[in-house]
Amino acid sequence: MSVDAATVKRIARLARIAVTEEDVPHLQGELNAILDFVAQLDEVDVDGIEPMTSVTPMVMKKRQDVVTDGNIAEKIVANAPASEDNYFLVPKVVD
Amino acid sequence: MSHITDLTLAEIRDGLKAKTFTATEAAKAYLDAMEKARGLNAYVLETPEQALAMAARADDRLAKGEGGPLEGVPLGVKDLFATEGVRTTACSRILDNFVPPYESTVTSQLWRDGAVMLGKTNNDEFAMGSSNETSAFGAAVSPWLPPGWSAEEGKRKLVEARAAGKAPNGFLVPGGSSGGSAAAVAARLCPGAAGTDTGGSIRQPAAITGITGIKPTYGRCSRWGIIAYASSLDQAGAFGHTVRDCAIMLNSMAGHDPKDTTSMDIAVPDYEAAIGGSVKGKVIGIPKEYRVEGLSAEIDALWQKGIDWLRDAGAEIREISLPHTKYALPAYYIVAPAECSSNLARYDGVRYGERVAGREITELYENTRAAGFGAEVKRRILIGTYVLSAGYYDAYYVRAQKIRTLIKRDFEQAYASGVDAILTPATPSPAFGIGEKGGTDPVEMYLYDVFTVTVNLAGLPGLSVPAGLSSGGLPLGLQLIGRPFDEETLFTLGHAVEQAAGSLGRPERWWA
Repeated sequence: MSVDAATVKRIARLARIAVTEEDVPHLQGELNAILDFVAQLDEVDVDGIEPMTSVTPMVMKKRQDVVTDGNIAEKIVANAPASEDNYFLVPKVVD
Repeated sequence: MSHITDLTLAEIRDGLKAKTFTATEAAKAYLDAMEKARGLNAYVLETPEQALAMAARADDRLAKGEGGPLEGVPLGVKDLFATEGVRTTACSRILDNFVPPYESTVTSQLWRDGAVMLGKTNNDEFAMGSSNETSAFGAAVSPWLPPGWSAEEGKRKLVEARAAGKAPNGFLVPGGSSGGSAAAVAARLCPGAAGTDTGGSIRQPAAITGITGIKPTYGRCSRWGIIAYASSLDQAGAFGHTVRDCAIMLNSMAGHDPKDTTSMDIAVPDYEAAIGGSVKGKVIGIPKEYRVEGLSAEIDALWQKGIDWLRDAGAEIREISLPHTKYALPAYYIVAPAECSSNLARYDGVRYGERVAGREITELYENTRAAGFGAEVKRRILIGTYVLSAGYYDAYYVRAQKIRTLIKRDFEQAYASGVDAILTPATPSPAFGIGEKGGTDPVEMYLYDVFTVTVNLAGLPGLSVPAGLSSGGLPLGLQLIGRPFDEETLFTLGHAVEQAAGSLGRPERWWA
């Protein structure tokens, strides 16, 4: 399988990465090089094989449903590019 | 007394306990060496204030005969570990001047045991790369000079490249993604460093810079507070001059953490006690599939030497088959980008890092991510988005996860047949030059991790040990792969290889 220019733009849109018209041809070439490389997996017989979900044989632990942390709003917004009154600021989302 | 920075981590620990020198003296010796080696770009942030404050506290404890197992030992920390109050960027522009309000579990355990932080070391952006060239801070330079270069030539060219603001093309890469950590240890800018390994990012740079690197079993160390790349593969580990150094570091780094549900709740043995154990009767598997097409004759010869060393030490050598080996790299380049596309969705310019304005919120995301991520990271996010997108998920992602099951099964069958550990080369060739690989075809660079990536897909521990020099005088390593949670056997066998190989020597300080 390989991607065409329209697919590159669609994926970039899904990934929320702006691409310019000039970016598309080289991205298309690089992505197709990777897809060509991974295409060798098609020759493996995977009938009846379970896909891996956990590399270590362990049952995931469940923690107690209790509050263990909190009241640190200032710390949480400390790295925000824009914040006010412990809220993150973004451009207007709804009219 | 020889210079402090020429000592191993174990020797520094012992010298501090014996009061041969103080933690402050050790920290100052390294800070001084770091200042003179800035051209190598091994550190992206030096933290002299923290280092001297931590060293002063260590000296107080050492004076009272107290202190933890790493009391006063100075360390470098890969910039992928969140360090409280100290800028952490994953060497990406998108994190800008992010200052974590918390400390990663692994580094907090190093500080708990008395270690001193010298600074944050360079790495490929978000640990995506095999040469440290994708770092937003620029490439780190290996302290090993290309064959035929004189010390004066190296120093002059590096000064010229840095003055002109150009990439130091022609110098050797220290490997990646933990290239800064490896370069720092090899250049004696720290006696040990913390790194992470998703597809070979500790073992591969260790091998080509002539030092030792351990990637423990998946689940051995907590991933909490490590900037995520591919969560089912990421694991913390250590660099040191010797196998013992790595064992000492792992003693402090390993252990269960309630904040990481994939960390294993089992006891951590004393890894250092495994050094010097008997190799007699251990069964070493030699996987025939690792004799890949185009394997250089000198790597093959080194591998044979390693086999002979272990046989001479009393081990039984057995040829084994790991039939799905060749599918590991392609499976990795589906699984890792898929997980990265999901993990890196959080960098949106809202909660932290760089923001590039847009007319509305989606444009803000798109502009921020276009400006903040480098080319390799974008490629992997796009591939990951594609293989997870509707209609392609089964053909790519599910298939790759099935192949991962097969790769793990290969190893399980080898271990079930009585194999204790597996010996392979660590890299297909010695270090290559900065600017040499991956310019047009990204896959060219990916192939450099061919011997290390299987281990991550199967969640196993791997140790890279310096084993010899190439015809051009560059370091080469051998890799030992162990049973899950049996790092001890790796340390025992790795020490035997190290003893037999002898010292590779160290690069002279041509940069200073």
